[in-house]
Amino acid sequence: MAVTSSTQVQPRIVLWLLGLVVLVVVLALVSLNVGASRMNLLHLFTQPDDRITQLLFVSRWPRTLALILAGASLAVAGLLLQMMARNRLVEPSMVGTVDAAALGVLLCAIVAPSMALWLKFSVVSLFAVMGTVLFLSVLKRIPLRSALIVPLLGLVLAGVIAAASGLLAHQFELSQALRSWNSGDFSAILRGRYELLWVAAGITGLAMLLADRFTVLGMGKDFATNVGVNYPALLALGVLLVSMIIASVVVIAGALPFIGLIVPNLVRLLTGDNVRRAIPVVALAGSALMLAADLLGRVLIHPYEIPSATLLAIAGSLVFILILVRGRRQWA
Amino acid sequence: MIETQGVSKAYHDRLVVNDVSINISKGGLTSIIGPNGAGKSTLLSMISRLTPMTAGSVQVDGLDITRTPGPELAKRLAILRQHNESILRLTVRDLVAFGRFPHSGGRLTEADQQHIDEAIHYLGLEAYQQRYLDELSGGQRQRAYVAMVMCQDTEYVLLDEPLNNIDMHHAVGMMQLLRRAADEKGKTVVVVLHDINFASCYSDQIIAMRAGQVAYQGTPEQIIRGEVLSDIYQLPMQVHELAGQRICVYFR
Amino acid sequence: MGLTKRGRWLLSLTAVLALGSVLGFMTLNVHSDWAFIVQYRGTRLLAMLLVALSMGLATVVFQTITHNRILTPSLMGFDVLYVLVHTLALLLWGTEFGKGWPLESRFILEVTVMVSIALLLFRWLFNGSVRGLHMLILLGMVGGLLFRELADLSARVFNPSEFSIQQGSSVANFNRVNLQLLWVGLAAAVFCSGLLFHLRRQLDVLSLGRDVAINLGVPYRKAVTLLMLVIGALLSISTALVGPMLFFGLLVANLAYWITGSHQHRWTLPASVLAAIVCLIGGQVLFEHLLSTRLPLAMVIELCGGVLFIALLLRGVKQ
Repeated sequence: MAVTSSTQVQPRIVLWLLGLVVLVVVLALVSLNVGASRMNLLHLFTQPDDRITQLLFVSRWPRTLALILAGASLAVAGLLLQMMARNRLVEPSMVGTVDAAALGVLLCAIVAPSMALWLKFSVVSLFAVMGTVLFLSVLKRIPLRSALIVPLLGLVLAGVIAAASGLLAHQFELSQALRSWNSGDFSAILRGRYELLWVAAGITGLAMLLADRFTVLGMGKDFATNVGVNYPALLALGVLLVSMIIASVVVIAGALPFIGLIVPNLVRLLTGDNVRRAIPVVALAGSALMLAADLLGRVLIHPYEIPSATLLAIAGSLVFILILVRGRRQWA
Repeated sequence: MIETQGVSKAYHDRLVVNDVSINISKGGLTSIIGPNGAGKSTLLSMISRLTPMTAGSVQVDGLDITRTPGPELAKRLAILRQHNESILRLTVRDLVAFGRFPHSGGRLTEADQQHIDEAIHYLGLEAYQQRYLDELSGGQRQRAYVAMVMCQDTEYVLLDEPLNNIDMHHAVGMMQLLRRAADEKGKTVVVVLHDINFASCYSDQIIAMRAGQVAYQGTPEQIIRGEVLSDIYQLPMQVHELAGQRICVYFR
Repeated sequence: MGLTKRGRWLLSLTAVLALGSVLGFMTLNVHSDWAFIVQYRGTRLLAMLLVALSMGLATVVFQTITHNRILTPSLMGFDVLYVLVHTLALLLWGTEFGKGWPLESRFILEVTVMVSIALLLFRWLFNGSVRGLHMLILLGMVGGLLFRELADLSARVFNPSEFSIQQGSSVANFNRVNLQLLWVGLAAAVFCSGLLFHLRRQLDVLSLGRDVAINLGVPYRKAVTLLMLVIGALLSISTALVGPMLFFGLLVANLAYWITGSHQHRWTLPASVLAAIVCLIGGQVLFEHLLSTRLPLAMVIELCGGVLFIALLLRGVKQ
């Protein structure tokens, strides 16, 4: 890990932060403007037409806000998971967290379809925790001779959980529903249907406060214990935070893969592995990526929509392959 | 005779073997020595068509190795490289039997079985022939592979660092065996060796390489000399005659 | 160099089970007249036999030329590659140019394209520039993901209104067999298996590794290219008939090694096919007639294969 003195890096990071804020605002404005029915934001002030205002506040505004919150939290969740697994090639959709959460959603739909939202969120969080813990405990049992074994194992674990969900869904004729949960998008977001994402945002804020501790977590158990951090407790907290973020996003929008992989890896090039320095940039870049994916999905085959999950998966797997191929000597 | 003409190998723009033209005549044991990275193993694997050449040509008994059909060449020249890890659970006898593939295409005849028995006997592997390769020690496994190459019954036998990872006892045994193969069976043996004293004691010819080129070629008497070796290895070296063998000393 | 007693026993048992599965599939719970049964079940049986044959052979041969027992062509994303090519080709068949083509020629063209891409990928992955088994599997799996999502995207972009119909083709399903391609598939599969059986001794040598194979006079590059073409064709047949299956090949190939305990392809190749028949057709008989459950067999097989993969991976890492 490169330790750069903060005075050198700070101005550059501040510039990046400002740039990203501008990017997010611009994307958000475009997002508010684009949709099945054309509308111009200026109308809000010149002709406060009832229908358009209503559309804005009931549909467009919640959607845009949900995108910003979900993008930021997912990117931060990816960063936290990478610190916990001590491997930069993983993210929640690649280790079983997301698939376990989807299994939770499926079980809720089977057992009690009209379950209260907070209860559903708790159940799904519990499943996400179990998925993450399963991955981390398998990881602990194997000697880590190659960094690549970590994402590999994660992918297959995720695949096995997904296959189990698939069987269950087939049995209860919920295959179609499972498929839509597995390919997340924001087309169904309306006012009153996205507020859970504030929980994710709150957790992201908490993670920012605890950033230094998570840097220490990334240095491994021995290092953490040496500097006086309670490693097991912090690890448990990290699992909980990541799982709750994933649970809220999966419940609201469905699975959105690879944001947690793409963003932290790109940001790391800029800030190094210091979580405190990276985390605000990661959050903003996550929002920007999520907004961009959603926008592209909306305009590409207008008036139809492509789920953001599909676009993110394509971008994500390309980035992942690029990381692998460029670093192939280092990994092998 | 093995003839190379202007053989070169480049990885990206780095020349590993640079314009090597040598003749290795029939019969006897030829060693290729030189410091790490001199291109010894690369040259050997180009001669045996395992690694494609960037430039130049290699002829074995007048046959261009790039144009001669694989099975034809496999009856004349055998090569054994250092790492022969296999995922297969093969017995020693199964492995040795593969040496007959160029001759029989895998359909073993009575004559093939005799060749297999002979090769196993030659390497002293009778007691192990039904054992699985992964149950053997490194030296025994190495001998099993050499037995396969012997069973191939070729005029030329090329080995890349056959003494690597085996203990002294087996190393001496291996060199004696190669010497016998040259003397008794009249084979042409070419080995890449790390230990110059083994090269000195067992070779008829020595080819010394440095930085991708052949620096010297000659008999042990011509090559195992203080000034020659000091030049090749860039290290002060002395040669002493002990019990009729030329031994090189360079440890301090 | 034959089989051990245990190997002979297990192989015979597998053969008996396979035969029993086929008989059971044709005769259990027959309620209507025989002509219909033979027609209806017979074609499905033939399709599943072809899938078993293709997957078993392709996986064993692929593992031979890549010298390992975890990597399979499906894990390298080759069957989703076929789905992608097929989805993109649907676009061509929709145009004036493509309309007149008979189904068989379309299939052959798609297979040709798929096999060429697979060959290029294989060349790039296995020419030594990519080292390490884990790297290969990871690249393959993520590549497979990429192909699948690209197929999904192109299906949506080119045909947004009919998307949901298309979607089914990305998951294997044994109850919805694509029977139109049965005969061309049969011809190709028979040709490929004949070729592989003819090359069985060369395959034995190839499994010793590149250097040893060249030393023993196998024209390595030519042989591997030919075998990759065969693998690509076999995989296309299987995928075209029932859809992609990630772990099925891994399962039957490792079953074949376990059953025979041999490295010789004259045993492992047929054993893999027999094991695949037992899994596919035996499983179908078990689920459909004996348990009368509607559980999709493909998913159960994938689940077992996935667990096996984790086990193999952990074992490989621990060694």
